[in-house]
Amino acid sequence: MSNYIMPLIVLCVIIYGFIKKVPIYDTFIEGAKESFDMVFKLFPCLLAMILSINIFLKSNIIELFQFISFIPNQIIPMIIMRPISGTSSLAILTNIYELFGPDSALGTLASYIQGTTDTTFYIITLYFGSIGIKKIKYALWVGLLADLISITISILFINFIS
Amino acid sequence: MVNKIWGSFIIIGILYCLSNNNIEIVNTAILDSTKTSFDMIIKIFPVMALWLGIAKIAEVSGLLKKLSSKISILLRYIFPEIPKNHESLSYISSNIIANMFGLGNAATPFGLKAMQSLQELNKKKDTATRSMITFLVLNTSGVTIIPTTIISLRMMYGSVNPTSIVFPCIIITFLSTLSGLIIDRIFARFYV
Repeated sequence: MSNYIMPLIVLCVIIYGFIKKVPIYDTFIEGAKESFDMVFKLFPCLLAMILSINIFLKSNIIELFQFISFIPNQIIPMIIMRPISGTSSLAILTNIYELFGPDSALGTLASYIQGTTDTTFYIITLYFGSIGIKKIKYALWVGLLADLISITISILFINFIS
Repeated sequence: MVNKIWGSFIIIGILYCLSNNNIEIVNTAILDSTKTSFDMIIKIFPVMALWLGIAKIAEVSGLLKKLSSKISILLRYIFPEIPKNHESLSYISSNIIANMFGLGNAATPFGLKAMQSLQELNKKKDTATRSMITFLVLNTSGVTIIPTTIISLRMMYGSVNPTSIVFPCIIITFLSTLSGLIIDRIFARFYV
C-alpha cells in the first residue's frame, strides 16, 4: 500500500502540470538546480555535525546515561539538536541510517522524530525576527513542548505498537 | 546555542577518551568524519535534486495553492481571532500544505508572508499575538504527511520499504499537533 505513495505523488504532480500547461521539463530542471545551493549549504553543517557527534558517540561517554533506559542512547544527540538546527538533525539522521540501517528500530525511530518535529528555535528566530517582534511570550515553551510530545509519542509508538 | 552544544559534544568526547586512555578512538573519529560526510553528501545530492524538481512543478502549476484552499475552512476553527477572508489565512494554508509534503524550503517563504500579514492585525507591534503563537505550534509540531526528504534518504540507504514510516508519522503528527494546540489554548488562557 505505502509503496504506491511515491509513484502516485509524481504522477499527480506531472498530470496536473500537464493540464495547467506548465513547461514541466523546464520547471523540473529549474527546481532541481536549487539543490546545488542546498547541497553547498548543507555540506559544512554535515561535516561539522558528524565530526562532533562522531567524537561524542565513539568516546562512549553515553554509557553514563544508561539509566534512561527507554530512550536509545544513539538517539540522544538527535533529540538535543532537533529543535535547534534542521540541517544538523538531518545530518544525524543520515548518520544513523549509515550506521544502523533505515529499517532498524533506531532508524525507524529517528525517521519518526525527524518527520514529526521541527526546528523550533530556528522558526521562532526567523519568523518573529522577520517582523520585529521582541516579546514572544510563551511561544518558546509551547513550541518546545510540542516537540517533546512528538518525540515521546514516537518512542512510545516504537516500543508498544510496531 | 548550536555553538555551545557543538563545542560541548567535542570537548566532552575528547576529555572522556583522554581520561580512559582511549586516544586512538578520537583519532579515527576525527579522520572518519571527513570521509563519512563526503559520502553522505554525494548520496543526498541527486535525491534532493529530484524532489526539488517535482516540488517546483507542484508550485508553478498551482497545485500547492489549490490544495491550500481546501484546508482554509479548518483554519477558521484553529485561528478564531483572524477575520474571515483575511489574506493571512491563505498564506498559513500554503505554508501548512508545503510542510505536509515535507517541502521545508517552499514552506518558509509562505510562513514569513503569513507572519507579515498577521502583524498587520497586531496592535502591539513588538509583542507576539495569540494567532502567531498558534501558527508557530502548527509549524513546530510538524504537520508532515509525506516526509519526502526522509523517504528519499531511506531509499538511498537501501530501505526495504522507504514509505513504511508514512502512516505512523501521520498518526504521531496528528496526536502531537492536537496536543500542541490544546497546550497552546491552555497557555493562552493563563498567561498574563
